[in-house]
Amino acid sequence: MFGMNKNDTTMLLLVAVLTMLAPFILNPFPTDSGLAQFNAGYPDLMQRFVIFGIFAIGFNILFGLTGYLSFGHAAFLGVGSYSAVWMFKLLSMNVIPAILLSVAMAGVFALVIGYISLRRSGIYFSILTLAFAQMSFNLAYSVLTPITNGETGLQLTLNDPRILGVSQTADGSIPVTSLFGMEMRSTYEMVVGPWAFQFNVGYYLSALVLLAVFYLSIRIFRSPFGLMLRAVKSNQQRMNYTGLNTRPYTLAAFVISGMYAGLAGGLLASMDPLAGAERMQWTASGEVVLMTILGGAGTLIGPVLGAGFIKYFENIFSKINESVLHSWFSALPDGLEDLLVTLVYPFVGKGWHMTLGILFVLVVVFLPGGLVEGGQRITTWLRSKKADGNKPTSTTEPAE
Amino acid sequence: MGILEVKGVNKRFGGLQALGDVNLSVKENSVHAIIGPNGAGKSTLLNVLVGKLIPDTGSVMFDGQSVLGRAPYEINQMGISRVFQTPEIFGDLTVMENMMIPCFAKRDGAFEMNAIASVLSQKDVVEKAEHMLKEMNMADKRQMHAAALSRGDKRRLEIGMCLSQEPRLLLLDEPTAGMARADTNNTIDLLRQINEERNITIAIIEHDMHVVFSLADRITVLAQGKPLVEDDPQNIRGNPLVREAYLGESA
Repeated sequence: MFGMNKNDTTMLLLVAVLTMLAPFILNPFPTDSGLAQFNAGYPDLMQRFVIFGIFAIGFNILFGLTGYLSFGHAAFLGVGSYSAVWMFKLLSMNVIPAILLSVAMAGVFALVIGYISLRRSGIYFSILTLAFAQMSFNLAYSVLTPITNGETGLQLTLNDPRILGVSQTADGSIPVTSLFGMEMRSTYEMVVGPWAFQFNVGYYLSALVLLAVFYLSIRIFRSPFGLMLRAVKSNQQRMNYTGLNTRPYTLAAFVISGMYAGLAGGLLASMDPLAGAERMQWTASGEVVLMTILGGAGTLIGPVLGAGFIKYFENIFSKINESVLHSWFSALPDGLEDLLVTLVYPFVGKGWHMTLGILFVLVVVFLPGGLVEGGQRITTWLRSKKADGNKPTSTTEPAE
Repeated sequence: MGILEVKGVNKRFGGLQALGDVNLSVKENSVHAIIGPNGAGKSTLLNVLVGKLIPDTGSVMFDGQSVLGRAPYEINQMGISRVFQTPEIFGDLTVMENMMIPCFAKRDGAFEMNAIASVLSQKDVVEKAEHMLKEMNMADKRQMHAAALSRGDKRRLEIGMCLSQEPRLLLLDEPTAGMARADTNNTIDLLRQINEERNITIAIIEHDMHVVFSLADRITVLAQGKPLVEDDPQNIRGNPLVREAYLGESA
């Protein structure tokens, strides 16, 4: 279907089902149950899942295919966000032109930074991209204040000279971002018994964009261009002596992944029209590296999983504070309760980074292929178990 | 006038004269061997021919065009393919993918942004790669990762990849180094077949005299960066200068 083989079609359909039904899937616990805080099905977080999924899918086109590890991709995310907010300020509150400008601007930045950085490979390439990203961050923070509004961050005001649209609404407030009249923030709440499921316009727009760019990344992976990118990772020497110029291939991959990052930045600003310099900081660049490796670099679905995983931790685990822990263990005797809370506390709340770090180490050491490899191992194990159960002597593998 | 003409090439690394006034003429459709003791400048010469090194003076003409100052990929697109001493293949990719890459390079040139079409929809490339794998007797290994191949198979794959580009000149750098005698003989047969059936000119750097004398139509002997003599194999065997410089040890 759509020019893809069966496995890829299945994967795309799986992602489609997961994203479309996310408000149900991420809200398994009734609203007033004790486990409700593990629910991730609220618009803000769901938007983050898919937007950072887009960011990671794009990063994977560069890192997963060519092996060039960029430590500065957050710069493109930031450029995308600033571009989108400026479009809201100057042109219209419609998200389409804002997102288009985000992608284009990120593409231009990626072309310039990539052109210079790709003269080197390996660690030198990583350091160059990191240097460019930190430069962008510092410029956005200080010198470029007229454009970026410095440390306050770029926001909409009541006096924006919006060409298509009004500076303020009739009741004197800032207009909200929309897609041809559909407001990004508008949410429909469906109450089923003790559950409340939320369907948000912004989330569904982002999810549709994710599906589109996921499909595009499948096509790139399976194309002659994708094959060349994998060849770059495998053996550049052989590429050169096979009459292939590696530079334009890596630059094209860099620009494409920069545009994905710009798209993610534009979507972030479309959901919440403000852009700050911290979006470009090196920790943000490092985060997308973690997402890609955690999920499985070079696999199609890995980066999406990794992005969801990290964002879930960041938003859910970080909210478990001491009083929540006490309420969990309240049934136990006092001394035991305090002991357990003391033991668990460093790993939740503000300590969520520690849990994530430990998980990351475990994944890298035991599952170098990321969560995707974990999934594959489980499937193989289940299959072999099933085969054992049905037919103990099922050795139908051809012997070469 | 040969297909490859090297004239007065000098290359100096600091105080070391790696190549001193090297002249070489490789005739079309011949097998030309370049031999010489260690440090004679054979590899430096090869690196000059493929564009990895630029000589200090001199000219290198391939089919009437200068190759100097061109990048390796450009020289390859002119029709010179190189086989390395240790096989350089795409270890992470399957054998079939390895074979398709030079076919794409031949069809689309040095860069082509073909990012939407599926690889398998490129029927001409798929057919050509499959045909080539059959000729190399590797069709049954098409789904294997190239890194998992045996040394001999890696060599065959690399040669096959070069052939699928339909080069006019094939450069080989000690293609049988570290091979068992049986593998060496297979490689000799393969190279002779390539030369005779495909009319591809071969220039080969080799240590193994068995290989050199079974293949070469013409031999250039290098010693200390200078061409000692260029002649037919039977004359080289008897040449006292060559015996002294090189063959004395092994022949």
